[in-house]
Amino acid sequence: MSTPILPIERSSPVERRPPVESVLFENVELSFENKNVLDGISFRLARGETKAIFGVAGSGKSTILKLALGLLKPDAGRIVVLGQDVNAMSEDQLFELRRRVGIVFQESALFDSLTVRENVAYRLLEEGDIPEAEIEKRVREALSFVELEHTVDLYPSELSGGMRRRVAIARTIITEPEVLLYDSPTGGLDPVTSNTIIELIVKQRDVYKTSSLLVTHRLQDAFTLGTHYFDRAANQMKPLPPNSRTEVPMGFLILRDGHIIFDGELNELRETQDAYIREYIS
Amino acid sequence: MELISPTDFAKEKVRSVQDYSLLAVRSLGNLFNRPLYIADMVQQADLIGFGSLPIVLAACFFTGAALALNSASTLDRFGAMTVIGQLVSVGIVRELGPVLAGLVVAGRNASGMASELGSMIVTEQIDAMRALGTDPMKKLVTPRVASTIVMLFFLTILGDLLGLVGGAFVVRLVLRLDTHQYWNSTWQTLEFSDVFTGLTKPVVFGFIVATIGCYYGLTTKGGTQGVGLSTTRAVVASMILIIAVDVFITRVLMITLGS
Repeated sequence: MSTPILPIERSSPVERRPPVESVLFENVELSFENKNVLDGISFRLARGETKAIFGVAGSGKSTILKLALGLLKPDAGRIVVLGQDVNAMSEDQLFELRRRVGIVFQESALFDSLTVRENVAYRLLEEGDIPEAEIEKRVREALSFVELEHTVDLYPSELSGGMRRRVAIARTIITEPEVLLYDSPTGGLDPVTSNTIIELIVKQRDVYKTSSLLVTHRLQDAFTLGTHYFDRAANQMKPLPPNSRTEVPMGFLILRDGHIIFDGELNELRETQDAYIREYIS
Repeated sequence: MELISPTDFAKEKVRSVQDYSLLAVRSLGNLFNRPLYIADMVQQADLIGFGSLPIVLAACFFTGAALALNSASTLDRFGAMTVIGQLVSVGIVRELGPVLAGLVVAGRNASGMASELGSMIVTEQIDAMRALGTDPMKKLVTPRVASTIVMLFFLTILGDLLGLVGGAFVVRLVLRLDTHQYWNSTWQTLEFSDVFTGLTKPVVFGFIVATIGCYYGLTTKGGTQGVGLSTTRAVVASMILIIAVDVFITRVLMITLGS
């Protein structure tokens, strides 16, 4: 079996350059109604890397994504996304940054009074200066990526949960963002549909080399991301061959009580001796 | 139930007033900034204006009729039935028309705005809008504020007319008086100050209805229960504010216009 082509192939340590980060959190703190949600959170997301964020309910996982996009402001700390200090930017300035950062919300957050076409084309329509034919072409491409071209004239209420999630992904990728934020993209879905969503995420990672933060409760989704790649020739997700020299750029972050208790790679997670983490991943 | 300290209560109320004031100012300020969502304004004008038309006309018609009936019994005691047209006219145009139209639109549209925007908040559609580069204030709030102000102005004019028609019905069918005299007196008695007062109020009331509805919608918390609470509060707050502000506007314009 030939070695698969992956986004990053590690060469010798001498030639390795430190990756430029897409997202940087430094000592970020945030409280809601006198309750500390995030307390001194620091981590980096390298270019082209996917980082899965785990934690119990209410541990601040979704909050991290909203902070990265400037939808929330931290009480303290620094957040840099694609080289720009998010805290120092006004809402108008953030609009331009958000063109390069996409987010898939937990419940899809599709606009229920608009059709699938209008949802997916939303940002392009708002810009106002893109020809209709170009918009139609890009909508078709985005829906083709998630294999939902046939739903273009339907409303979100006429779609299943999995289909809404896929339309949300199409809406997010239509502007070809450099960073993607996924908030529980497989939450509440059956295993088959979840696998379809994860395959799309792997495809987006490996074909378009986007950096991603993935909030999830499902360990198997993150492990799948860390052990699979997207085969363009076969147009499907495949497991990495055992003993392969190449690695998928995948990291894991675990939150507990507002702190990061683990920030590392898959093999480090498997070998950790921390009792809480071992119980969490068991 | 956990009790809130007076300090926290006061802080919360001051913060609410601050947030509402910011929303209100920005909703008008956005009219001078691009982009202007004209299509959304037209759509809201249709929903608010044409949608509220039947109920505003009905309310004003029956109120005009009731005003004529009630005032007739009092005027008859003083042998002053001939002034019934003037009484109905001034009462409807200066006060009842604008206030009734405002209250009806508050009940119908402040609730609609609060529930629609509240539902968008709890389903993260507002966050999605911001993430996709659209300012929800410009896209959602400003069109509603502008449309409500404009539509309530015209709804009040039509409501005033139907109120006078309601009075005419009573004068003709119940009191068996000459409607020619009624209509002459309604027309001749109106002065500039009456009309100006009666048409300034709907502008202010429209602003109140839309900003209150949007404020409660955008500050919704707590899922579907929160949407219900926001809807109720929007209606109550806008109605109370309309009635309270009505007194102030009436007094200020009385002093200004010398009427």
